[in-house]
Amino acid sequence: MAGLSGRFSTMIKAKVSKLLDRAEDPSETLDYSYEKQLELLQNVKKGIADVVTAKKRLQLQSQKHEQSLVKLDTQARQALAAGNEDLARVALERKTALQNELQGLDQQVTELEAQQQQLTDKEAQMRQRIDAFRSKKEVIKAQYSAAEAQVRISEAASGVGEEMADVGLAMQRAVDKTENMKARAGAVEELEAAGTFEDLTQLGEGKDDIDRQLEQLTSDSQVDDELAKMKAELGAGSGGGAGELEAGKPSESGGAS
Amino acid sequence: MIVRIATDGQYVLDDDQATELNELDNAAVEAVDAGDEERFHTIFEEMLALVRTAPPLDGDELSQSDVILPPPDLTFAEAGAEFTGEGLIPG
Repeated sequence: MAGLSGRFSTMIKAKVSKLLDRAEDPSETLDYSYEKQLELLQNVKKGIADVVTAKKRLQLQSQKHEQSLVKLDTQARQALAAGNEDLARVALERKTALQNELQGLDQQVTELEAQQQQLTDKEAQMRQRIDAFRSKKEVIKAQYSAAEAQVRISEAASGVGEEMADVGLAMQRAVDKTENMKARAGAVEELEAAGTFEDLTQLGEGKDDIDRQLEQLTSDSQVDDELAKMKAELGAGSGGGAGELEAGKPSESGGAS
Repeated sequence: MIVRIATDGQYVLDDDQATELNELDNAAVEAVDAGDEERFHTIFEEMLALVRTAPPLDGDELSQSDVILPPPDLTFAEAGAEFTGEGLIPG
């Protein structure tokens, strides 16, 4: 079986033969194999729980981002209404960066959902094979001579061994992806802790390092567009958009620009 | 022929499907050798779709696969390690 399946098959065969070498007594091999399968099933359950935890964490982050987006938008409008275009621009730049981050998060949540589904399907598959193996091993133990049992055990163990290796692979890939996302989530949380996406009221005249980084991420044109739109809205009539904003007093000066 | 899609499941292909799969596999190996990522992904998707048209192996059957396809979320870099040599059915 050279070619595309070479590596994978070898891995499975090595595992299966190790299993079979372990015990001379066929029934002992069967019981040992069965125990291993149940162990693996527990691992899969744990893996699913890990994926769910990672997903919840990302979803929580996503919600926080949504709130920050609303806040930054409000602040931009307030700043503009107060005639502080620079501050409005900073708020919009941060909003754009945050929007990009949010898109990435949503995509990751979708990916994790797919992972979760895949592992759940795998768990069900594995459980069915284990059940089949359990009934088969009782039949083999009861009905066959030692020599014949060895052959039949080998067949059954190979089949179930392949399934085990495959579940192992699915788990490994899920863990790798989840780890990547955890690292990313951690990095975003650090930025949040540093106040990057938070309140602009603390922002002084000078721009800090994070601001510069954010500006690099930001598409200037998007900010310009949005700024122009806000100006137009503010200019269109006092008591309009800006006046309805949370925590913002209705602006007296209709045209801030 | 029993074919497994890694991390997915086992399917029972008839001879015609197996032949078609082998041809696609050869094309996939060529695409990898040529470094043509886009073409590889197209072919790999075709392979997966082909296998999935076949009936899945009964869940109570404990059989080893004749061929194991890599996982559907395979990256091109991983493909370099998997799709090499003489292909699915040597000779």
